[in-house]
Amino acid sequence: MWEYTDKVKDHFINPRNVGFIDDFDGMGEVGSLACGDALKLTFKLDNENIISDAKFQTFGCASAIASSSALTEMIKGMPLDEAAKVTNDDIAKYLGGLPKEKMHCSVMGRDALEHAIANYRGEEVKEKEGEIVCECFGITNLEIERAVKESGLTTVEDVTDYVKAGGGCGNCHDRIREIIQEVSSQSITERQKMENLTNIQKIKLIEETLDREVKPALNKDGGDIELVDFNNGTVFVKLHGTCSNCASSHLTLKNYVETKIKDLVSPELVVEEVTQ
Amino acid sequence: MKTIYVDNNATTRVDKSVFEEMLPYFRESYGNPSSMHTFGGNVAAGITKARERVAALINAEPEEIVFTSCGTESDSTAIWATIEAYPDKKHIVTSRVEHPAIKNLFEHLSKKGYTVSFVPVDKKGNLDLDYLYEQLTPETAIVSVMWANNETGVIYPVDKIAAAVREKGIVFHTDAVQAAGKLEVDVKKNPVDLLSLSGHKIHAPKGVGALYLKKGTKFSPFLIGGHQEHGRRGGTENVASLVALGKAAELAKQRLSESTQKTAALRDKLEKNLLERIPNSMVNGDPQHRLPNTTNISYEYVEGEAILLMMNEFGICASSGSACTSGSLEPSHVLRAMGVPFTAAHGSIRYSLSGDNTEEEIDAIIEHTPPIIERLRELSPFWSQRKAS
Repeated sequence: MWEYTDKVKDHFINPRNVGFIDDFDGMGEVGSLACGDALKLTFKLDNENIISDAKFQTFGCASAIASSSALTEMIKGMPLDEAAKVTNDDIAKYLGGLPKEKMHCSVMGRDALEHAIANYRGEEVKEKEGEIVCECFGITNLEIERAVKESGLTTVEDVTDYVKAGGGCGNCHDRIREIIQEVSSQSITERQKMENLTNIQKIKLIEETLDREVKPALNKDGGDIELVDFNNGTVFVKLHGTCSNCASSHLTLKNYVETKIKDLVSPELVVEEVTQ
Repeated sequence: MKTIYVDNNATTRVDKSVFEEMLPYFRESYGNPSSMHTFGGNVAAGITKARERVAALINAEPEEIVFTSCGTESDSTAIWATIEAYPDKKHIVTSRVEHPAIKNLFEHLSKKGYTVSFVPVDKKGNLDLDYLYEQLTPETAIVSVMWANNETGVIYPVDKIAAAVREKGIVFHTDAVQAAGKLEVDVKKNPVDLLSLSGHKIHAPKGVGALYLKKGTKFSPFLIGGHQEHGRRGGTENVASLVALGKAAELAKQRLSESTQKTAALRDKLEKNLLERIPNSMVNGDPQHRLPNTTNISYEYVEGEAILLMMNEFGICASSGSACTSGSLEPSHVLRAMGVPFTAAHGSIRYSLSGDNTEEEIDAIIEHTPPIIERLRELSPFWSQRKAS
C-alpha cells in the first residue's frame, strides 16, 4: 500500500474542479489509456490574464487524480505568467509530498499545464523533440535530461519514478544511465568553470542562484534572503521576514540554501547566516 | 468499520484451530527436534504428524514432503535442484502467466546461459499446449507450469502436461500454491515430479511452505546446512509453522467440497451482479476452467488503484492488475499475455473469496461497487469521450 499524505487522500476522495470548461481559453491533454494515466486540463482567463477557472478530467490512480486536483487549486487566481512557472515539485509539495514512485503523476500535471498554456498562446508544444529513448512509454532523451537536471536524479529507478522511462521492457536502461552520466559531467564542467572565475564573477553567480533558485521558495513562506558578503569560500547571508525569527531557519539555511549553492555553484562553498 | 476481505489469493486468515495447535510450540514444547532428549524428540513427533497431513492433502507419501519457508523457496528449490542435476541441459520451459516466483527466476536464468521458452496463452488464459509440446527437446531440463493462476484463477491441465513432459524424460514442476485447498490436488492422478505449496494461502501463517518431491527425482539441496529434512533442506525447523501447515492441510482436505461449493456460489453471485450493474465490465479468464473462489473483472476507462482505494473506504479489500498498484508501470503480465486491451487491463480487480466470506459481505460489495466505478468514470476523460461518441 502506498503511503499517501492526508492531503493526497483528501484531493483523491474529494477532487476539486472536476470537469471541462466548454469555452476554455487553453486546453492541454497528456497521457493515454495505454500509459495508465491521462489528464485533460482546461482553463479560463479574466481580463487581466489571471486564471479565473480551471477544470480537469483524469484517468489514473489516486495520486494522478490528487495531483490534477491540486494543480487546478494552485493555478486558480494566478496570473498566467506565474502559472507558467509552476513545476512538478510545486505540485508534489502542495500535496505534502508524493511517494517517489508516483512523482510522474506530478510531472503529468505540469505537462498538461504547459500544453494548455501553449494552446492558449497559439504556440506549438515542442513535443517529442529529440530521440525516443524509452520505446514502451515514448519518452525522449530531452525529457529524461530535463528530469535528471531539475530533480537531481541519479539512478535509472529515479528516472522511471519521475518520467516513467525504463519502466517497461527495460531495454533502454543503459541509455538512461548514459544520459544521467552526461548530465552529471555537464554540471561538473560548469562547476569547474567556477574555479576560474574572479571574485566579482563568483559573487554574481551566487546572487543569480539565490534569486532564481532560493528566493522564490522562501518568498512563498513569507521570508526572504539577502547576500551580504562572500569571503574565502564562505557565503554570508541575512534572512528576512518570517525566516528571520523562524526556529527552523538554521535548518533552512543548511539544508536548503547551502545545498542549492553547493549543487549549482560549487560544492566547496559554505553558507553562514549574519545576524544583527 | 468492518473489514470485508476478498483478497484470499494474496493471503488468508490463520484458522483458529490452526493457531491453537501452534501455541504449545512457543512456550512449552520449545525443544530442538534434532536433540537427543525426549523434550526435543516430542517436538520432532509434531513435525512427523505435520508431514503426514501435508502428504495426505496431495495424496503423496510423507517422505516426499520437504518443508520450506514459503512458496517462493519451494519454487526456487525445485528449479535450481533440477538444473543442477542436469548440468548439460540448457533449455527450460514455462508459461507466460506464472507468478513472479517462477517468472523472475526464469528471466534470471535466461541471462545465465539458459534458453527459456515461454508458452503463450489465448484470450481466455488457456495455455497453447501444442506450442508447449513443440518446445520439448532432449536439451530441455525442466518444464514448470502453474496449476492455477493467482490473478485470474484459470486452471491448467496439469495431468495432461505432466504426462506428456515426463514421457520425454523431462522433469515437470508445478506451482500449486493457488490450487491447494481450492481443488483436488492429487499427485497420483497428476504425475508431477515436483510441486510447490504455501501455508498462508490455506489458512496457515506466512513463512512456511512445502515442496513435494516425487520418490526417485534427482535432487540437490538449495539451502545447504544441517541434516534437517533428510539433508534436503538445512536449517532448524520453524516448528510451530510446520505444525500449522499440517493442521491447515488437514482442514483443507476435510473442507474441500463444502468450502468450494460455498465460495463458488458466492463468487458467482458477486460476478453476475457486478457485470449486470456496471456497464463496460467483463470477466478476465476462462469461466469454464477456473478456481471456485476467484473472479477477475475489468472495468473499462477507470484505473485499478483508484478503485481499490475507494473500496478501501468501505473496508473492502481486493487487489488489482493495474500498473499503479505494483510499483511497476506495466499492467499485469498475465492480463497482457491474454491480450486484454489496456483500456481494460488498468481497471482490473481481482476478488478472491474464502470459506470465511458471508452472503452479507458479498451483498455489501455489490451495493458499493457500482457507485465507485460511476464516480471514477465521471472523472475520466475517456469515459466522457466515449459517452459523447
